Amino acid sequence: MNGVHDMGGMDGFGKVEPELNEPMFHEEWESRVLAMVRAMGAAGAFNIDASRFYRETLPPQVYLSSSYYRKWLLGLEALLLDKGYISKDDVAAGHSVAPAKALKHGKFSTADIERIMVRGKFGRAAPAAAKFKAGDRVRAKNIHPATHTRLPRYVRGHVGVVERDHGCHVFPDTAANDAGEHPQWLYTVVFDGRELWGPDSDPTIKVSIDAFEPYLEAI
Amino acid sequence: MSEHDHHHHDHDHSELSETELRVRALESILTEKGYVEAAALDAIVQAYETKIGPHNGAKVVAKAWTDSAFKKALLEDASKAVGTLGHVSRVGDHLVAIENTPGRHNMVVCTLCSCYPWEMLGLPPVWYKASPYRSRAVKDPRGVLADFGVSLPKETEIRVWDSTAETRFLVLPMRPAGTEGWSEEQLTELVTRDSMIGTGFPRTPGAPS
Repeated sequence: MNGVHDMGGMDGFGKVEPELNEPMFHEEWESRVLAMVRAMGAAGAFNIDASRFYRETLPPQVYLSSSYYRKWLLGLEALLLDKGYISKDDVAAGHSVAPAKALKHGKFSTADIERIMVRGKFGRAAPAAAKFKAGDRVRAKNIHPATHTRLPRYVRGHVGVVERDHGCHVFPDTAANDAGEHPQWLYTVVFDGRELWGPDSDPTIKVSIDAFEPYLEAI
Repeated sequence: MSEHDHHHHDHDHSELSETELRVRALESILTEKGYVEAAALDAIVQAYETKIGPHNGAKVVAKAWTDSAFKKALLEDASKAVGTLGHVSRVGDHLVAIENTPGRHNMVVCTLCSCYPWEMLGLPPVWYKASPYRSRAVKDPRGVLADFGVSLPKETEIRVWDSTAETRFLVLPMRPAGTEGWSEEQLTELVTRDSMIGTGFPRTPGAPS
């Protein structure tokens, strides 16, 4: 979706402000939100693509004015409500008043911690041969899906070069909507800065994205 | 997906904020429904606080600086190479190490959200997840580097890696001059988090840490 989360190339957000000796969490509740998202994801309530999509669909003014973990909280609540794991009555009461819904992987317990400290596996068997190889010139398609996609706006319509392939991976565009994994070839595609930002751009800049095959067309 | 107006200010620190109340309520709901053990949430937080962090990435970088066979393996398949190091926490698939050279500087961003190599670097800092970095890194990387007090020769190629999939990128910075003969352990101390994101350099010998 063409949301405000897709911010590559936007102007006006100001300087980057690194914080010296930044703590892992600025407030205790942030750590609880992180833990709830990780636990409910591992228990099978949602996949990582759906959790990203629900943060992207927060109203733009909320997205831009909320802290990082506040966005995680709002996205988590919305996702659990939509999927029926919690109800509006639960939220209004501040505790559980409605029946629970069965989780795909069951209750998340301390025995599951080790499992979530290693990243999930996203590589999948190839359903078909790769269309592109390193060195191929490709164009990022000019597409504007209204749902989740990982093709940022700033590369759409632009020509780049395939640099490497990463095998086949879960396709976020379908996985986010519970429409299946539909594994797709994934490539690092490199764009010249001037191709993206025009002739006045710094000529020493190159930008790459990791692009799923359906995002690309041969030229 | 309704959102209440939350423009309310911290007028009294003894009072819980709307966000804190909301977090507590959600936690009660999830534990009362039997979805998660409350103790498991504590354990997750503890695991993040103790097991991951830039020290993991620093060990990998220092090893690559001292062991050319390891460096070659790392650049070919970082997940596999890091997996051979028993002392580094377990790493997931799809880790890619990218090497800085005198002619090319690498920098990592996630313009769409906050993708970051957690096992190698820990949880990302706020600036990495915030709009200024995410918006500007791909268009004006030299300007962003200037915000960090970093400048590069004007002919150096700057390669920005936008983490748009489940691949994760670890920058292998150049080994600082004046470290000939240093042990892997000594070198580890020079590797900063930002040098592995590409927004900084390793410490130089003798400089305050």
